[in-house]
Amino acid sequence: MYAVDPRRSTSAQWADVWMGIDVGSDIALANTVGREIIRAGLVNTEFVRRATTGFEEYAEAVEPFTLAEGERLTGVPADLIASLAHDYARADRAQLCWTLGITEHHSATDNVLALCDLSLLTGHVGRFGSGLVPLRGQNNVQGGGDMGALPNKFPGFQDVENDDIRAKFDARWGVSVPPTRGWHLSQMFDAMEHGELRALYVLGENPAQSEADTPRAVHLLEGLDHLVVQDIFLTKTAQLADVVLPAALAAFESEGTVTSSERRVQRLRPALQPPEGARDDLEIICELARRLGSDWGHPSAEEVWDECRSLSPMHTGMRYDRLESLGGIQWPCPSEDHPGTPFLHGRLWAEDPDKRGNPAPFMPVAFEPPLDELSEEFPLRLTTGRRLDSFNTGVQSNGYASPLRRPETLDLSPEDMASLGVGEGEVVRITSRRGSISAPVHLERSLRPGLAFMTFHFPDQVNTNVLTLDTWDPKSGTAEFKATAIRVERLPDAVGAAPVLETAEAG
Amino acid sequence: MTTLAPAPTPVALRRRIELSIDGEAVTVAEGTTILQACRTLGIEVPTLCYLETLAPVNVCRVCVVEVEGSRALVPSCSRPVAPGMVVRTGSERVRTSRRMVLELLASSVDLSTAGGDVHRWIDEYGANADRHGPAGGPTARDRAHAGHHEASAVGEAATVAQVVKRDNDQYVRDYSKCILCYKCVEACGEEAQNTFAIAVAGRGFDARISTEFDVALPDSACVYCGNCIGVCPTGALMFVSEHDLRASGEWDESRQEVTRTVCPYCGVGCNLELHVQDNRIVKVTSPLDHDVTRGNLCVKGRFGFEFAQGG
Amino acid sequence: MDLRTIDASPSAEERLAVDSVLGAPESGWFGGERTPLDGHVAIGGLSLAESRRHLLLPALHALQARVGSISPAGLGYLATRLDLPPAEAYGVASAYALFSFEPTPSVVVHVCDDVACRAAAGGDPTDELAQRHGPAGSGTAVTWWPSPCLGHCEHGSAALVQVAGVRGGRGSIAPFAIGDMDRLVAMGAELDVEDLAVPLALVPQAGAGSTRLLRRVGQVDPASLDSYRAAGGYRSLRRALDLGPAGVIAELKDAKLLGRGGAAFPTGAKWEAVARNPLRPHYFVANADESEPGTFKDRVLLDHDPYALIEALTIAGITTGAEKGFVYLRGEYPVAARRLEHAAAEARNRGLLGVDVMGSGLTFDLEVRQGAGAYIAGEETALFNSLEGRRPEPRNKPPYPVDRGLFDKPTGVNNVETLLSVLDILAVGAAAYAAIGTPDSTGTRLFCLSGRVEHPGLYEVPMGTTLGALLEMAGGVAGGRPLRAVLMGGAAGSFVGPGDLDLPLSFEGVRAAGTTLGSGVVVVLDDTVDTTAFVGRIAQFFRDESCGQCVPCRVGTQRQEEILGRLAAGRPLGSVDDELALLADLDQVMRDASICGLGQTASSVVMSALRRGLIGNGAPQGNGRNP
Repeated sequence: MYAVDPRRSTSAQWADVWMGIDVGSDIALANTVGREIIRAGLVNTEFVRRATTGFEEYAEAVEPFTLAEGERLTGVPADLIASLAHDYARADRAQLCWTLGITEHHSATDNVLALCDLSLLTGHVGRFGSGLVPLRGQNNVQGGGDMGALPNKFPGFQDVENDDIRAKFDARWGVSVPPTRGWHLSQMFDAMEHGELRALYVLGENPAQSEADTPRAVHLLEGLDHLVVQDIFLTKTAQLADVVLPAALAAFESEGTVTSSERRVQRLRPALQPPEGARDDLEIICELARRLGSDWGHPSAEEVWDECRSLSPMHTGMRYDRLESLGGIQWPCPSEDHPGTPFLHGRLWAEDPDKRGNPAPFMPVAFEPPLDELSEEFPLRLTTGRRLDSFNTGVQSNGYASPLRRPETLDLSPEDMASLGVGEGEVVRITSRRGSISAPVHLERSLRPGLAFMTFHFPDQVNTNVLTLDTWDPKSGTAEFKATAIRVERLPDAVGAAPVLETAEAG
Repeated sequence: MTTLAPAPTPVALRRRIELSIDGEAVTVAEGTTILQACRTLGIEVPTLCYLETLAPVNVCRVCVVEVEGSRALVPSCSRPVAPGMVVRTGSERVRTSRRMVLELLASSVDLSTAGGDVHRWIDEYGANADRHGPAGGPTARDRAHAGHHEASAVGEAATVAQVVKRDNDQYVRDYSKCILCYKCVEACGEEAQNTFAIAVAGRGFDARISTEFDVALPDSACVYCGNCIGVCPTGALMFVSEHDLRASGEWDESRQEVTRTVCPYCGVGCNLELHVQDNRIVKVTSPLDHDVTRGNLCVKGRFGFEFAQGG
Repeated sequence: MDLRTIDASPSAEERLAVDSVLGAPESGWFGGERTPLDGHVAIGGLSLAESRRHLLLPALHALQARVGSISPAGLGYLATRLDLPPAEAYGVASAYALFSFEPTPSVVVHVCDDVACRAAAGGDPTDELAQRHGPAGSGTAVTWWPSPCLGHCEHGSAALVQVAGVRGGRGSIAPFAIGDMDRLVAMGAELDVEDLAVPLALVPQAGAGSTRLLRRVGQVDPASLDSYRAAGGYRSLRRALDLGPAGVIAELKDAKLLGRGGAAFPTGAKWEAVARNPLRPHYFVANADESEPGTFKDRVLLDHDPYALIEALTIAGITTGAEKGFVYLRGEYPVAARRLEHAAAEARNRGLLGVDVMGSGLTFDLEVRQGAGAYIAGEETALFNSLEGRRPEPRNKPPYPVDRGLFDKPTGVNNVETLLSVLDILAVGAAAYAAIGTPDSTGTRLFCLSGRVEHPGLYEVPMGTTLGALLEMAGGVAGGRPLRAVLMGGAAGSFVGPGDLDLPLSFEGVRAAGTTLGSGVVVVLDDTVDTTAFVGRIAQFFRDESCGQCVPCRVGTQRQEEILGRLAAGRPLGSVDDELALLADLDQVMRDASICGLGQTASSVVMSALRRGLIGNGAPQGNGRNP
């Protein structure tokens, strides 16, 4: 196992090799690996010939990424990059797994494409045990997309801009769905800024704390004509709202389905009575529809699901009782006798060209370092992330007494703590090109000099996202949370205090 | 490499093995254990250290059976069947060993919160803990040095009684109830969590589950996944909520409903079994037969439910 | 793994101790200074950690020897160096008696109070010690603890001295008198274990010409390879290379050699099974974890004829296709450890170990590893776990070692006497060897005579020699007193009585009599020995040495000790018959349901003593014979 992460995380401790790349150099690493696989003659040429297009363009695009160049761009020694390339290409089965370290960059989609290219190069896709595995951070982030919570998709990833598809939905729903795509989250905030978006209905999100460049997000939310928030808590966003709709907790208090990382649709069942006044999301939405002049009745969760199955071919076979007896089903599941699909893209291996279908295109991508450049003024690279026992902005996780919990800190390498002259627990000022906050310092040996780390689990204590850059990936709409340039300064009343570094030697 | 064919999914095309259990012929797949073969015949074999999601450690020895040609009894949980094997599960030898294993445990361990089966077996096999003498009191077992021991007071039956360890807000460790089945160590280690916060330390009657130098859990590698609680057969490891409700006499399983749902946190899709009493979650388990995590959870799924009940 | 290291800094001494075994740290992630490269690279992971784990026990020894205890910081540093979870390292270390986890006086004297010394002393050998120097564990610079058998039984008293410091280590004193303790207390930390005199070996037949396994003891210089060769050493290896593996195995089969470890498994068949196993690599282990109370034969052989084991293990390795061998020596034999290490180094220097053994083109090398005070580590699968850096707990069998042994690979394992018998077979030829002894028990056998015998010591006799003849060689019962009983086979053995002197000492002979040769223990008890206390000590031994893995042995040995305590005090629970019924039930569950031979034999002596009326008021139970 190779772990690629700027920090030597817990997962990286498992790895045979940990590669501590410079933040945001993922494409440089992937392209260097790709070039080395080609150079060493380890390309799965049969697979590439039969199942892909664009290899020549890809090979040309990665040609500048020599091992030496890869080392220069990523900070990882060339020989290790070469061994990664060789081991990955030679492995009988190999997976590339990733989380937000790949996607919370301005080049999020390109980062993913660079990895897809490697899987095509080696044929590590569409086979049992080989593939591309994006690990989802929320229990239903996959399901949200599946159900059409995307600007341009109906449930089942059916394109809103496709007339035939739209006609199917129009007929079933008895309405005329607008033929153009909507906005994604980052575009919505831009639209608010330009005055094009004046009213917002937020369900179960807390953008006032979770968005990058928080002051701007709050300012824009405050500027709306009308803000409706439906949540189980009076979140910071809900506090800005004109109307708050108290909701039952989806996971424990209502009926429905969620879809996990592996595309497995599973049933939720209510275990608790919701608090007085809180209502099921489904009930609220139907009631809202009724008041807006469209009576949808009082459908059960299963009835809503059955409608979805009738419109989304990849969900068609997922009857409730089948979800129950099979312990969930992985899409696509096109019919009620279909067992579900443990892995995708197996068609690329079909002998029969008709079954193989369209070849998978190589998508060469260019490397561009993080936008928030390091400078003399902002010399440290801050990257953000999660801790095991906490969850996002802490709305759910801060309620339980986790024995692992410690408050927000600015994690620094022992070397940086020494050169800054700061001690464990000392509160310092952290400044980026967007704003400034203060937080206590924590010594963290998993960090190298020049690299700092914070979470955003405790926004009420330290609002980390004041610092982050909200420039987003034009393709996915994700902001570059992972790469911020900062400087750290001692607070005036702390100057002169003796730095405490007794744990620096700890094995 | 230029393999083009998809790697085959492992398929169980195993040889069939014929054997006899209690005089009845049975045919099972190669690799089946004697225990599994007994279960296909509906023969109950008691188990304590066995769990279908863990590799058998065969240490409790309550599942022993007689196999013709074998000098000693054989642990059915781990021994694979062999062609022509003749197994007896109810012979006097087998019953004596099972009775004695239960008796030795009942005389040295507090089994008051062990599962109902354990008490039924104690009755069925006629295990009598009392004939080993009155139970000895609590001792400081965590400092026992291998090979050094004082003989217990004449007339007393030594026990593993000791002070309850309560060093964090989520679960308690009452090793007076520990039968040393190794399951928690396996679940914390390579069978599930791979955290290795605990191990078996010491030896002999002084063997115990321990962190390094018996440090408190917050000073150990523990990540509070609670997978150890999930596999503990005796209630030695217990949610604080359950422990306190039991202490106050309010724990009442007849008033509890168990609902299976999906964890509200990350995207793995772990299934939760919420144990609810009086509209409050009092314990969280995970189904062993669900193949996403086979009974295992993380700290958030196991303990992170307070937000749902207003603190 | 969620490795969380112990948050304490090791002392310079602790670092040096660990580094003396593991070398300098590879990187800042594993105990070294952080370098810029560490910011971008860590090479580690489970497979690397697994491949280094076998160094745990040697490194624990180094810490104990240098610092006198295993501190949290020391263990933390070691765990970091090995990328091993600290709880696992602690779990392993705490299973051994020779490691301590609290600050300890720099000199610790382990004084034998086990069966042979107890029989020789006619009581508890530590009583006087406790009166003069305080109870066990007391003392600030020097302390003492009672110890299970230290393998110097022929002297009737013995101590193992553990000294902490730069020149720390272990040394033996035997015989051990109260004056020795006075001297140790006077010297305190000044003591250098290397200065302790090497205990003599009592081998009454030495130089008599009739011995085979013992023929070089006392006749060769144990430090000199030339001396060994001059006495015929390495001729057997030469012959083995000439015969080739198939030829050697045929010789062992023709010689009908049965293992001397207790199970009497045919050695030729075992070697053949390893040699034929297609899985690679193969390993061969010499089991020198001689810990059966009353046994001292390995100590005598390894202290005084160390090259013989090196040669024999080399033959075993090249015959079974193993390129790597281990000698697992009990930690209580520091002299043997030094001499074996020296012998192996000399052999390596002279081309008798290494890449081209005796010019054959074959590779074989070995390492000497020391136990740390755990009888159970002598069980072959527990021994593998110990070598691998795991808790010395027996594994479930099957699989057997020839299929999956050390590091899960095909492994041959024989005890020292068996291996040395191979040398003899190759020296004289299978036919000549098979002509010695009985048709089913060929060759000679070593017997460790101790207790109330006139001339205690190590004896070698042809298989089938009667017990009476053996006792006669040793001058009979000391002082001509009446014989009460003889403990055969050690703590896992059983008693025979004055009426059993015609017992032929062969595998088939003792089997017919319901007893065992075991490891060749013969402890002689006369009418002055308190046999109840003697049997109680054996019950205590099993209670202390059980690994604790399985319920029958873990709790059963505790309960057995309790019952014997009640019987000795004359305070049975209920009637004596109730207690005897309980003992019988314990005997059955331990024999039938324990994982390994320790538990399966833990009640053997007790039941035998009951049958012979050696417990309490002396009324025999049953017919008095072993079943």
